[in-house]
Amino acid sequence: MEKKKKRLVLRTVILAVLALAIGYTVYGTATKEKVELVAVGSEAPDFTLIDLNGEKHKLSDYKGQGVFLNFWGTWCKPCEKEMPAMDNQYQEFKDQGVQTLAVNIAQTDFEVQNFVDRHNLSFPVVIDKTKSVMTAYNVGQLPATVLIDPDGKVTKIITGEMTEEHIASFMESVKPK
Amino acid sequence: MEKIICACGHSNPYGTKLCEKCGRPLTEEEKQNKVVDMRYDGMAIRSKTYNKSIIDKIWNFFSSVKVGIALIIITLIAASIGTLLPQEFYVKASDMEKGAYYEDVYGVFGKIYYALGLSDLYSSWWFQILVGMLAVSIIVASLDRGIPLHKSLKNQRVKRHESFMKRQRIVAEGQVTAGTEETLDKVAQKMTEMKYAVRRDGSALLAEKGRFSRYGPYINHVGLIIFLGGVMLRLLPGFYVDESIWVREGETRAIPSMDGYFIENRDFILETHDNEPQGEQVKQGVNVVAKNFQTDVTLYKQPEDALPGDTENLEKVKDYSIRVNHPLKEDGFALYQMDYRLNELKQMNFELVHKTTEESLGKVEIDLTNPKKEYDLGNGSSVQILVYTPDFDGFENGEPRTKTSVPNNPAFLFKMTTPETPEGEVSFVEIMQPPLEPLGENQYRMKFAEAEMRDMSGITVRKDKTIPIIFIGGAIFMLGVVIGSYWNHRRLWLQVEPDGRVLMAAHVNKNMFSMKKDLDAVTAFAALPSYKDQLEKDEDSEESANGSIKEKEGDNT
Amino acid sequence: MSLIDISGNLLYVAFVAYLMATLLFGGSIKQANATGKNIDKWGKLAIGVTIIGFLSQLGYFITRWIYTGHAPVSNMFEFTTAFGMFIVGAFILIYFIYRLTALGLVALPIALLIIAYAAMFPNEVSPLVPSLQSHWLTIHVITAALGQSILAISAVAGLIYLLKVVDLTKPSKQRFWLEAVMYSLVVVIGFVAVTSTFNAMDYESSYTYIDKEGAPHKIIYNLPPIFGMHEYEAIEEHGMSPIVEMPALINAKKLTTVVWSFIVGSILYVLIRLIARRRISAIFQPLVKRVNLQLLDEIGYRSVLIGFPLFSLGALIFAMIWAQIAWSRFWGWDPKEVWALITWLFYAAFLHLRLSKGWEGRKSAWLALIGFGIILFNLIAVNLILAGLHSYA
Repeated sequence: MEKKKKRLVLRTVILAVLALAIGYTVYGTATKEKVELVAVGSEAPDFTLIDLNGEKHKLSDYKGQGVFLNFWGTWCKPCEKEMPAMDNQYQEFKDQGVQTLAVNIAQTDFEVQNFVDRHNLSFPVVIDKTKSVMTAYNVGQLPATVLIDPDGKVTKIITGEMTEEHIASFMESVKPK
Repeated sequence: MEKIICACGHSNPYGTKLCEKCGRPLTEEEKQNKVVDMRYDGMAIRSKTYNKSIIDKIWNFFSSVKVGIALIIITLIAASIGTLLPQEFYVKASDMEKGAYYEDVYGVFGKIYYALGLSDLYSSWWFQILVGMLAVSIIVASLDRGIPLHKSLKNQRVKRHESFMKRQRIVAEGQVTAGTEETLDKVAQKMTEMKYAVRRDGSALLAEKGRFSRYGPYINHVGLIIFLGGVMLRLLPGFYVDESIWVREGETRAIPSMDGYFIENRDFILETHDNEPQGEQVKQGVNVVAKNFQTDVTLYKQPEDALPGDTENLEKVKDYSIRVNHPLKEDGFALYQMDYRLNELKQMNFELVHKTTEESLGKVEIDLTNPKKEYDLGNGSSVQILVYTPDFDGFENGEPRTKTSVPNNPAFLFKMTTPETPEGEVSFVEIMQPPLEPLGENQYRMKFAEAEMRDMSGITVRKDKTIPIIFIGGAIFMLGVVIGSYWNHRRLWLQVEPDGRVLMAAHVNKNMFSMKKDLDAVTAFAALPSYKDQLEKDEDSEESANGSIKEKEGDNT
Repeated sequence: MSLIDISGNLLYVAFVAYLMATLLFGGSIKQANATGKNIDKWGKLAIGVTIIGFLSQLGYFITRWIYTGHAPVSNMFEFTTAFGMFIVGAFILIYFIYRLTALGLVALPIALLIIAYAAMFPNEVSPLVPSLQSHWLTIHVITAALGQSILAISAVAGLIYLLKVVDLTKPSKQRFWLEAVMYSLVVVIGFVAVTSTFNAMDYESSYTYIDKEGAPHKIIYNLPPIFGMHEYEAIEEHGMSPIVEMPALINAKKLTTVVWSFIVGSILYVLIRLIARRRISAIFQPLVKRVNLQLLDEIGYRSVLIGFPLFSLGALIFAMIWAQIAWSRFWGWDPKEVWALITWLFYAAFLHLRLSKGWEGRKSAWLALIGFGIILFNLIAVNLILAGLHSYA
C-alpha cells in the first residue's frame, strides 16, 4: 500500500510539473510581444545626455526632484502639438521641484535647434544621438512620456499626445512632498 | 491488485506477461501464442497495473503508445496546415493590415485562414499544447516502459522454462551428439568469439550481445525532452534576445538589449556575380545574382561605469566584417547581416548661380547628417539654411513639414546673400522640383550639383542562451537514435536436459537476418540441431506469415 | 573538352547504364530462386552495370563539384540528380546486405525517373547567393539527401511487397491505390516526355501578366499554354493561346506543365493498358512472384532504421545548425523546414507503429510508400508551390 501511495504522489508531481511547464509556455508566448517601455515601479534607467547649449544632463542628478521625461521628434505631429503646453507647465513647476527633460531621437542639431527656436521652448532639450537612451527605455512609439518620482522610480508611462490638463496633473503627481 | 504466482514459485507483479524468473507465459493470451511477445521482455507495463484515481487515468492516457502515435499524427497534420499559406512573419504587412492582406491576396480562403488563426499557427496556444502533450506522452510512456525493461534486462536468469524457450521465434530441439559439457563449451567458445557475453548456470547457457541497444529509444527520448525544455527556456527573461536595428554608413548606434555596446557602420558592401544571366535566372527575370552582403563595422563598448547616452569614452572592441553566414559574436550575442537598403541621401551639393548668366558664386556642400546654419562662400556671398526638412511633406500653417526623420525627400528654405543682393533672397528648394520664391522674384538660385549617397544595413541582434541545451538535447537524441537503430540486442538460450536433449532458443529485437548468420555459425560449430524460424511461413502466402503478428497487435491501454 | 562537358557526358553514361541494368535485373529475376540468394550470371552482370553507372555518376558529381567550386546540390537540377544517385548508392548498399535482385528492378527505374525529372530543369552552372556560401551547404544537403534515399529504398521494398501480395483479380482499395502509384510513375514519364519534346523543338511563347501584388511581369512558357497568367497579354505566341485565364494566386505556367504531364501520362497509361490488356501492377506481378516476403519486410524496416538517423541528422540537426549561423535562428517554420519535420514525424510514427502495434507486412509497406510520397512532396511541391527560403526554384 505504501508503495502505491508513493507512486501516486510521484505521478501527481510529475504531471503537475509538466502541466505547469506547458501552461507557462502558452502564457509566456501570449504575453511576449506586449513588453513595452520600462516597467512602472522600477528604477528609471540612469543616463546622461547633452543639451543644445552643451550642458550635460544626468538623470540621477535630479534625485529629489520629479522628472517629466518626454521622448519626441520633429516629424511627429502630436509631439509638436504638446510642446507649448509642456513649456507652460515647465514654467509652472520648475520651481516646485519638477524638472522637464525632452529627449529628441537622433536628429540633427540644426533641425532640433530650429524647432526649439520656432516654438520658443525653454526647457532643456537633449539629443539621443546613438538612440541608447531610447533603447534603455525601450521606446517604440512617439511621443512617449515617462514620469519619474523624486526617488528615481517610474510612476507612469504615457504614450501618445497629452492635453495641458494632463500634463499639469502628471507634473503634480511627481512633485516632491 | 494481486500478484501472479508462477509455477516456479516466483511472485510477479500484476500485468506481467512472462514470469520474471523462469519466463513461463502467465497470461492466457501468451500461452496460446506460438511466439511470445518479447517487446518489454514480458514485464508489466506500469500504467496497466493501476487504474483508479484520476491521476492514474491521466497517467495511463499519456502512457499509451497509441495515444503517442495519435499525437504525432495530429502534430504532423497541424504543421502541414501551417504551410498552406505563408505565415504572418513572412508577410510584408504591418500588424493592422495583415487581415486585409490575407483577404486581398488569397481571397475568401485567406480570410478564413487568417480568422482561424492559422496564419500564426505555430505560436498558437493549441499548437503549443499539442507539442506539450507530445512531450508528456514521451516522458510518461518512457518511464512506464523503460524502468521495468531495465529491471528485467538487469535481472535476467540464465535458465528459462521450456515453455518460454519454445515460444521464441527461433527454436531448436534435438539430441546432442557430443557430451553436455563439451557442447556447452563449444557454444560458449563460438559465441564469445562472436563478441557475445556468455553466462552459464549448470547445464544452461545465455549468450547476449548488444543489450545497450535496447536503451536507444529511451536515450533519444531523453534528448528530445532536453531539446523541448531548452526551447521552453527561451521564454524566461534573459535567455533569449531577438532585436533588429538599422545602421547607416557612418552612424554609431546603441545596440538594443546589448547594454553598453555600440556599433558603427563603416561601410556596406554589395557584390554581385558578374556572370551572364542564363537559364533559371532569365526565367525568373533576375539579372544579377548577389555574391556578398557585407557590413564593415566597429564594435564599441562603454567603460564599466558609463551611463546610456554617454558616448564620450567609447572603447573599441573590434573591427569586423559581418557577412551572411559569418555573424559577429561578442559577449554571448551574435550580430547578423540580415537586410540592407541602398542609396539614401547623405550629402547634397548646390551651386549658388545667377539665374540668367548661370555664373556660379561657389559651391555649398550640405551634410544632411549635420547641416550648418550658414555657409560662407568667401566672396561676400553666403547661404543660410532657414529650414531643413529631411522628408518634405507639404506646408502646414506656412511651415514646411517633414514626414519622417529620414532624408527621403529633402527640402530647404535658403537665404542667399550676394554682394549684388545684400538683403538676401529666400528660396524654397525641394529635390527634383523647381524652386519656390515666396518673397518675390530672385536673381539667384541654388542649383543642384550632385548628391552623395550612403547605404543602410539591417542587423539582427540575437542572444540565445538555450543553444547549448538544445544542442546537447539534439546530440543525445542522435546518440539514442543511432544506438537504437544501428545495433540490436541478440540473445541465445541453450539448455541441455539430463537426458541429453538440447533445447535452444534465440531472440533479437530487430534484424533477424544478421542473427541467423550467427546462429548458422554456432549451429555448425557445435553440431547443434538445426533451428526453426516459427514465423517463417510454410507456404508462400502472406496470411500464414502474419498469423501470429495479428495476435501481437493491440497494445491495449 | 572542358570539365563541365565531361561531367555532362558522365551523367549520360550513368543514365544509360542504369537503363541497361534495369533490363538485366529483369532478366535475372526470372531465374533467381525463391530466396533471391542465388545470384546467377544475369544478376551479377546487372549489379556490375549498376556499379559502373554509379561510379560514372559519381564522376559527374565530382567533376561538376570541381568545376563549380561548390557541392553540386545548389539548385533543382543538381539536387535532384544527386538524389537519384544516392538512391542508386543506397540500393547498392542494401543489395550487398541482402542480395535481393528484385530490388533493382524497382529501385533503378525510380532513380531513372528522378534523374530524368532533374534533367527537365536548367542545368547551367549558377553562382551561389550569399546564404548558400557555406560548408554547411555540402554537409546539410548531402546528409539529408542520403537519409532520404535510404528511406526511399524502404518504399521500393514496400512497392515490391505490395505488388506481390495485393490480389489483383478482385477489386479492392489496395488494388486501386497500388495502380494509382503505378499511374503516378507513368505521369512522371509523361512530364519528361512532353517537356523534352517541346524543349527539342525550342518552343517558346511569351506573355506579360500582373502578379498578386499588382506588379507587371514577363513570363516565358516552354509548353503550349493551356492556362494563362493573370491578365496576360501575348508578346510572342506560337501554336495556341491560353484556354483559361487564372487568378493571380495561381501560377498558370506551372499549372500548364502539370496538366500537360497528366494528359500525356494518361495517354501513355491508356496505351499501356490497351496493349498489355491488364493493369500495370499486373504486368509487374509475375516478375516479383518469387520474392521472399519476410526478407522484403525486413529490408523495408531496415532501410528505415538506417535512413531515419541520417535523415534526422542531415535534415534537422545540421539544418538547424546552419540556420542558426545563416539566418540567426535555428528554426523559422519555413515550409521546407516544416515538411522536413513532417517527414521526420511520419517516420517516427512508422517506427512506433511497427514496434508497438505490430504493423508489419502490408501495413508497413503502405506506410513506406506514403513516407516516400512525403519526401517527394517536399522535393517537388514545396519547392514549386509553397514559397520559402530554400532556393531551388
